Amino acid sequence: MAIHIVDRRLNPGSKSLENRQRFLRRAKALVQGAVKKSSQSRDIKDVLEGGEVSVPIDGMDEPRFRREGGTRDMVLPGNKKFVEGDILPRPNQSGGKGRGAGEGDSEDTFRFVLSRDEFVDLFLDDLELPDLAKRKLAEVESEGIRRAGYTTSGSPANISVSRTVSRALARRVALRRPRREVLEALEAELLDCSEERRAELMAEIEALKAKMRRIPFIDPIDIRYRRFETVPKPVAQAVMFCLMDVSGSMTEHMKDLAKRFYMLLYVFLKRRYRHVEIVFIRHTDRAEEVDEQTFFYGPASGGTLVSSALQAMHDIVRSRFRPADWNIYAAQASDGDNSYSDGEVASRLLTDNILPVTQFFAYLEVGQENGLSYEMPNSALWTLYEGLRANGAPLSMRKVNERSEIFPVFHDLFQRRGQQERTGS
Amino acid sequence: MTTTDQLLFEGADWDFRTLQRICDACEQIARDELGLDVYPNQIEVITAEQMLDAYSSVGMPLFYKHWSFGKHFAFQEASYRKGLMGLAYEIVINSSPCISYLMEENTATMQTLVIAHAAFGHNHFFKNNYLFKQWTDADGILDYLEFAKRYVAHCEERHGRLAVEHTLDAAHALMSHGIDRYPGKKSLDLRAEEKRAGRRRAHEESAFNDLWRTVPTGPAKSGAVLDVERRRQMLGLPQENLLYFLEKTAPRLKPWQREILRIVRHIAQYFYPQSQTKVMNEGTATYVHYRIISRLHEQGRLTDGNFLEFLQSHTNVVFQPEFDDPRYSGFNPYALGFAMMQDIERIVTNPEAEDRDWFPDIAGTGDTMGVLRDIWANYRDESFISQFMSPRLMRHFRMFHLHDDPEERSGILVDAIHDERGYRRLRRELARQYDVGFIDPNIEVVDVDLAGDRRLMLRHTVVKGAQLTEADTKRVLQHLADLWTYDVSLVEADASGTVLKEYVANPRKIAAVA
Repeated sequence: MAIHIVDRRLNPGSKSLENRQRFLRRAKALVQGAVKKSSQSRDIKDVLEGGEVSVPIDGMDEPRFRREGGTRDMVLPGNKKFVEGDILPRPNQSGGKGRGAGEGDSEDTFRFVLSRDEFVDLFLDDLELPDLAKRKLAEVESEGIRRAGYTTSGSPANISVSRTVSRALARRVALRRPRREVLEALEAELLDCSEERRAELMAEIEALKAKMRRIPFIDPIDIRYRRFETVPKPVAQAVMFCLMDVSGSMTEHMKDLAKRFYMLLYVFLKRRYRHVEIVFIRHTDRAEEVDEQTFFYGPASGGTLVSSALQAMHDIVRSRFRPADWNIYAAQASDGDNSYSDGEVASRLLTDNILPVTQFFAYLEVGQENGLSYEMPNSALWTLYEGLRANGAPLSMRKVNERSEIFPVFHDLFQRRGQQERTGS
Repeated sequence: MTTTDQLLFEGADWDFRTLQRICDACEQIARDELGLDVYPNQIEVITAEQMLDAYSSVGMPLFYKHWSFGKHFAFQEASYRKGLMGLAYEIVINSSPCISYLMEENTATMQTLVIAHAAFGHNHFFKNNYLFKQWTDADGILDYLEFAKRYVAHCEERHGRLAVEHTLDAAHALMSHGIDRYPGKKSLDLRAEEKRAGRRRAHEESAFNDLWRTVPTGPAKSGAVLDVERRRQMLGLPQENLLYFLEKTAPRLKPWQREILRIVRHIAQYFYPQSQTKVMNEGTATYVHYRIISRLHEQGRLTDGNFLEFLQSHTNVVFQPEFDDPRYSGFNPYALGFAMMQDIERIVTNPEAEDRDWFPDIAGTGDTMGVLRDIWANYRDESFISQFMSPRLMRHFRMFHLHDDPEERSGILVDAIHDERGYRRLRRELARQYDVGFIDPNIEVVDVDLAGDRRLMLRHTVVKGAQLTEADTKRVLQHLADLWTYDVSLVEADASGTVLKEYVANPRKIAAVA
């Protein structure tokens, strides 16, 4: 009898993927709740990692007819001291001992691991980018070159040797080009043979040689070139401006809050646009464009002039990011301090130059830990922006004190439209 | 018999030639010395991930898609990653050819163990046990599953994923009550089943004419009121196979829904023998692997080191913790089954006076394999234990019987122990633990109120005071009502007919309009 041994290891894995997706779809509301809950206690970097979430089992159970209670009889192994007729005291909890094997699946929460993508998808699922309309067909990516068969013309660098040779071979066979071995055999015979045979051979060799000349080893018509096609692939691209006040009044805690917000925004944009650029602008009483490290951790001190940052942003937009080609997002974080005299300049810059070209401008006012936002008087910047908003400027603004508020605020800002009008707090 | 002295392998590494040698060696012993009769074998080497996949679809190589399998997969994957759970060394499928999955991580010794265990032990049991012969169709199962998968996918395409999911949810909830417990007139032929479904669908499509819908049906016929007995007879009541009953009589199910119920019912039926023969099946396989590998070692085809490795795994498999051990979770079917098989071997070849009293038919006959093969073919767990559990084995396991009556305030009674007076009671009680009649609640369709509101009436016959859990029951009845599309009631009554509890469920709209 033959025994078949099959190696299945190379078969495509994750046969359960579809079932898993169905499960997630079914458990979506539950999982989403769990994801949000677990993301509040996480660092932002970890949000991207995916990980384990617990889902309460009751929404997802599969009911069966089951019984409980009643008189129970069981046979157990390992008797040590009991004799017939003994009465054993009942354990405190009734029915403490397991009955049969395999009935003990009573986990009340259900833990499982989500992949990074699943996690981010669920996390950002009900969010939407505002004003997504401006999709400019701008940058053509160079990776849009792809192989597209063979062609009869092209640059010598692209000659496909194998294709060429195989065509040449086919042609030589088809036209019966004499093979070199045949010729060599005749020439060898020529060395010692009779005279009349010699003439015969000479004629034959000449004929063969002529034929070989007529039918070349490789003919230009055999040559094939690899053909490439460029596939222009338009991408919508976005640039994200991070503006932050780094003056002395900003504490580490405030910067941390701001950072969390920026990272979320980045993750979010990254999901929507293939190409996202980030520009970091920090400012005290003057603004500068810096790299990420300096932005968050570089020391700086000085007064506060918000208009400097707005001016810098405006300049950068003008020089590098044509609004026609780029979706521009800006998020500004500050503790709200601004020198009083700056208000006029800042509001003019915003209304005239910046807001008209940005898709979205969010202002995040970060406060002290344990600070209660509603008890504090509105800051200079808040009052300023509030005024602009009242005049119809498309500004979103929120106050944040605690780390755990970042996610709700973020969700709130990007709430899918139609569900809720974007409003200030 | 050609015995080769040469070793099958050395160390832990193996390749496909090694596997082939192992299979050949095992087959020789299984066929020539143990007289086993097996389906052709197909051995598939898989990875841990593929093993997890197989777990979540009840071990079958292909299955229709449903979220609950995804849930099991997620759950098992999580516990596997955390190290809470090891994976099985193998999975074996009752099909012809008999497919055994081997994990690639296993050492050569483990592969030998698994091949002997699954490809010969389980395989022989599948092919010869009367329950499997009666209830399963090894030749057709893979084709049928393929059909089921295609059919469900096709339904999803035509009728929407949600509608199919609701139907499957409901069918799964009733799966444990979708089984025929008594052999019917004809045996199951899954291939014919598949063809029949295909033909019926083709016929429906070709015969479809939208005009029929517009033909006036005339005044409703005034159905004569059937008397109760006649009605029950026509509906085939009482009926304990709820899925069958729904498939045949539920008034407003679509044809595809009936077909899905039928698929779930067939699959439940296919697994029915496995739940009744856990101890025997594992006992057989463990006994066979033990015999084969010991023989290989005797023949000098296995090194002492490899044999010790085998013994260690084998001992772990047949370990039986005692009742007060934290690891205890009921009788280990491997341990109990293997011990009984070995005990039978002892009784047949080397009986004591006690054994001659208890087992006059087999004691001392000397033909171990003949007796065992006969037992493997003709018994299930319940009858096997109630006839072949010997007093010596009860003493060995130090078994005792507890009778826990909640009415009894003073405590739990030790009703019998492993002594002369207790053997028969112990054996009867243990056998009852494996009796499917007691494992699943006894629920039947007793009547349908055809004249009135078409209420479907079920009855749960309460045994020994164990009633249904309320939350689960409500949800299952909800599913049932959704399929029936009218009210469903369930009465719990004890043997004397006293009603203990009553449930009623009203259908939701989903299943009806789906």
